[in-house]
Amino acid sequence: MSGHPVSIAGEPTVNVEQARIFGLTQDEYRKIHEIVGRTPTYTELGVFSVMWSEHCSYKSSRRHLRKLPSKSELVVQGPGENAGAIDVGDGWAAVFKIESHNHPSFVEPYQGAATGVGGILRDIFTMGARPVASMNSLKFGAFDHPRTRFLLGGVVGGIGGYGNCVGVPTVAGEVMFDAAYNANILVNAFCLGLVRKGEMMSAKARGVGNPVLYVGSATGRDGIHGASMASAEFDKESEAKRPAVQVGDPFTEKLLIEACLEAGKTGAIVAIQDMGAAGLTSSSSEMPSHGGLGIELDLDKVPLREANLTPYEILLSESQERMLIVAERGREAELQAVFEKWDLHAVVIGRITDDQRWRARWHGQVVADIPIGALADDAPLYDRPAAAPRVQRQSKIPFTEKPEPAKALRALLDNPNVASKKWVYRQYDSIVQSSTVLGPGSDAAVIRIKNSRRAMALKVDSNPRACALDPYIGAVGVVCEAARNVACAGARPVGITNCLNYGNPERPEVMWQFIRGVEGLRDASLAFGAPVVSGNVSFYNETEGHAIPPTPTIAVLGVMNDFTKHVTQFFKEPGDMIVLVRTALPSLAASEYSATFGIDGASLGAIDLAREAALIDGLVEGAEQGLIRSAHDIAEGGLAVALAEACFNPRAILGAEVELGQAGNADADAFFGEGASTVILSIAPGDAARVGKLFAGRGLEFAIIGQVTADPRLKIGSAIDDDVSELQHIYEDAIPRRLGSGD
Amino acid sequence: MKWGVVRFPGSLDDGDAIHALADVMGQDARILWHKDESLNGVECIVLPGGFSYGDYLRTGAIARFSPIMKSVAKFAADGGLVIGTCNGFQILCEAHLLPGALTRNRSLSFVCDRVWLRVENAGTPFTRATKQGDVLRLPIKHGEGLYVAPEDELRQMEERGQVILRYVDADGRETDAANPNGSMRSIAGVANERFNVFGLMPHPEHAVEPMLGGEDGLKIFQSIAWSAR
Repeated sequence: MSGHPVSIAGEPTVNVEQARIFGLTQDEYRKIHEIVGRTPTYTELGVFSVMWSEHCSYKSSRRHLRKLPSKSELVVQGPGENAGAIDVGDGWAAVFKIESHNHPSFVEPYQGAATGVGGILRDIFTMGARPVASMNSLKFGAFDHPRTRFLLGGVVGGIGGYGNCVGVPTVAGEVMFDAAYNANILVNAFCLGLVRKGEMMSAKARGVGNPVLYVGSATGRDGIHGASMASAEFDKESEAKRPAVQVGDPFTEKLLIEACLEAGKTGAIVAIQDMGAAGLTSSSSEMPSHGGLGIELDLDKVPLREANLTPYEILLSESQERMLIVAERGREAELQAVFEKWDLHAVVIGRITDDQRWRARWHGQVVADIPIGALADDAPLYDRPAAAPRVQRQSKIPFTEKPEPAKALRALLDNPNVASKKWVYRQYDSIVQSSTVLGPGSDAAVIRIKNSRRAMALKVDSNPRACALDPYIGAVGVVCEAARNVACAGARPVGITNCLNYGNPERPEVMWQFIRGVEGLRDASLAFGAPVVSGNVSFYNETEGHAIPPTPTIAVLGVMNDFTKHVTQFFKEPGDMIVLVRTALPSLAASEYSATFGIDGASLGAIDLAREAALIDGLVEGAEQGLIRSAHDIAEGGLAVALAEACFNPRAILGAEVELGQAGNADADAFFGEGASTVILSIAPGDAARVGKLFAGRGLEFAIIGQVTADPRLKIGSAIDDDVSELQHIYEDAIPRRLGSGD
Repeated sequence: MKWGVVRFPGSLDDGDAIHALADVMGQDARILWHKDESLNGVECIVLPGGFSYGDYLRTGAIARFSPIMKSVAKFAADGGLVIGTCNGFQILCEAHLLPGALTRNRSLSFVCDRVWLRVENAGTPFTRATKQGDVLRLPIKHGEGLYVAPEDELRQMEERGQVILRYVDADGRETDAANPNGSMRSIAGVANERFNVFGLMPHPEHAVEPMLGGEDGLKIFQSIAWSAR
């Protein structure tokens, strides 16, 4: 192995201008020159540019992410692998992660969202875990924005088209519409898998001389520079980047899932990684680098969709459904037999070396030869300046005219952000694998572990309006909400994954939002003893200088000992008492009410994390003791909406009669306020004392506010008296009506 | 009773069928690999749901050429019991083991929901454990479940009692709103003329436990188990 890598005829000249086109700064180009000790080849420059992109290198975020708690007794795998893992009992580990696919989904919604699902699935099954549940968090522009309908249909179609075809249930999610996302939608995809503890696979290569196998679909020209696209702002030309969006093939993905899990059982796999962002380049550099080794690739062996791909294209292609495997030497044939059974390629394309170089050959010549650490673990790290914006957004418009509560309730139920998302989740298979105890439509999803009583509860949440008012309190609130949702279902929160969606980190106020968000996440994670085991950062969600509001998306995993004790949000029995438990007073700040009626509320109140943790303890204990018949978190639309939703029991609707006391009766804060951590419970009348002790005993406000009625009317004080079936119709018809699809 | 669940590339509910039959009902159920021709002496074949071969070309169109399908056709011709759910139903129609075809839902969207179904013929090996007019609650999840057949064929099928299940509302009434995919005559499940091959879009294997979608699906499998005796 010797001599400098050669350039290929017809390639552009490598210089600082070409580096700039690839998104590298002058300093970065100089550093690359220094590292390779000469002018890099075009191929090498391309490789550096994707590996040093924000998307792959986390160069702006890494030093801040280190602040996040990642340890607990239950952590089996923290950050550093393809996904994190938590011990969920009975010898099982839950492997989970959430990831963004925002930029491609805006450019090409169906394929962008579909490949987002595909990518997160691969992160899970590369760990040796069978994917058992998916969720997603979607943010679109205003519902009446001309592009929203196209994007909504495309994204939902793509998630369903891919997820339904691979046999992984989509069990929960959230959808929001807001003008702040008109030019930058968010598509965050979550997946969770189960693996026997001790059978987890790794992405750390070892064993000099071990063969490197390429597995899955052939390589085409799609997705070249996808990682770079995700690391730049959008502009008018972004639509022209459609070729940088990959095309998914869920059928091949399903075969890959089965083949990889079966191959894992042979014990012949040393390391395995998805060819995700930056494709063959990232997987082939990261696996050996994590193991302190090097690699030599023979690009002539890579299966290609069309002839005449250049080394640059082969290395940067983001064609989907491809994996790279480091095998035990001499056991290649064993693995190839498994992949052949599933009609998949499995070709040896390289070997692990001991020289810590990343080297690629093509047509008998070396085309890239780079110190491997420079690509993976030692990529540049930035401490970007951060500064709070001078003027905080605050209440400006005074209350003009408050709508009557009864009218406001109907208007809120008809608001697509509050209304039923059944139009969306009806397009997802939520039951395949026979483990969905509680699917979409309640506070959290509940997935049982087969042949066990144990179950997991899952929820994904975000609150960009609160984060825009205060990025720290907003982030704390999002973790609290997701954790509370999981606890409402009866599960104890044990782990967190996050997808941090922000604007351009080169702007100090965005960096400040990001840092405050991470600090909020850290503090809440510590308070709940639920570590952050995996995550993803998506910067540059910005078009022509307009950034999205800070949007940390948080998914929380909870566990419960007995799935038969899970709790839903729906009232169960007429005569049950309705109970309000809360940690603070409600407020209209950042509420859907304020957004709907054009009233900008006050600033956010501080969140008392000790009280939040106490609320969760009470909810989990109450569910374990079978004292809670229903539990519903108060979120968009406040108490009035939450009460209505609790009446919409799918078995048979019920009614509720509630008194809020003198202060509450015409008080918008009490009816529609959000912000504070509040849950409404229904309990058997005889259990009031015991339930009271669970919460009042922990210093929380506990009040019996009414009772469940057989008569399907929702009565709140003297202000609201409405027909529940009519309210339900408004709630369920809001989105289909706007889309003009009655079906 | 010995059951064989065929696993095609892209089958998804194969594991669920095994779970329902073996774990819940205590039956002897095993996977039959699509590349094999041997049926291992099973007494009932289940073609599960999913997206066999990615549903490329047309749902079920490629799966019908799998090596195992030759054996399935022979097994059916000899009077063996075959049940196909969802994609399995589509494959049975493509293989001409059942009349009619399944096309894109009226809404043009995939639909995952729970529906009510009225038993139209309780005298078959697949519905023996039910009564005529019983209303069952089963889940559906498909993008192409709109059942079509020529009008005169439909009439003959009705006369012979080959229409086994129909989409209805909770009270057992056939209405347009209760028809989730626009199927002709609200047809959800049909049998062949000999009543040994049965296809349905709903998923009985996903309704076998009280906390996961109810137990109405058991009635279908119990009927088959009784028939074999």
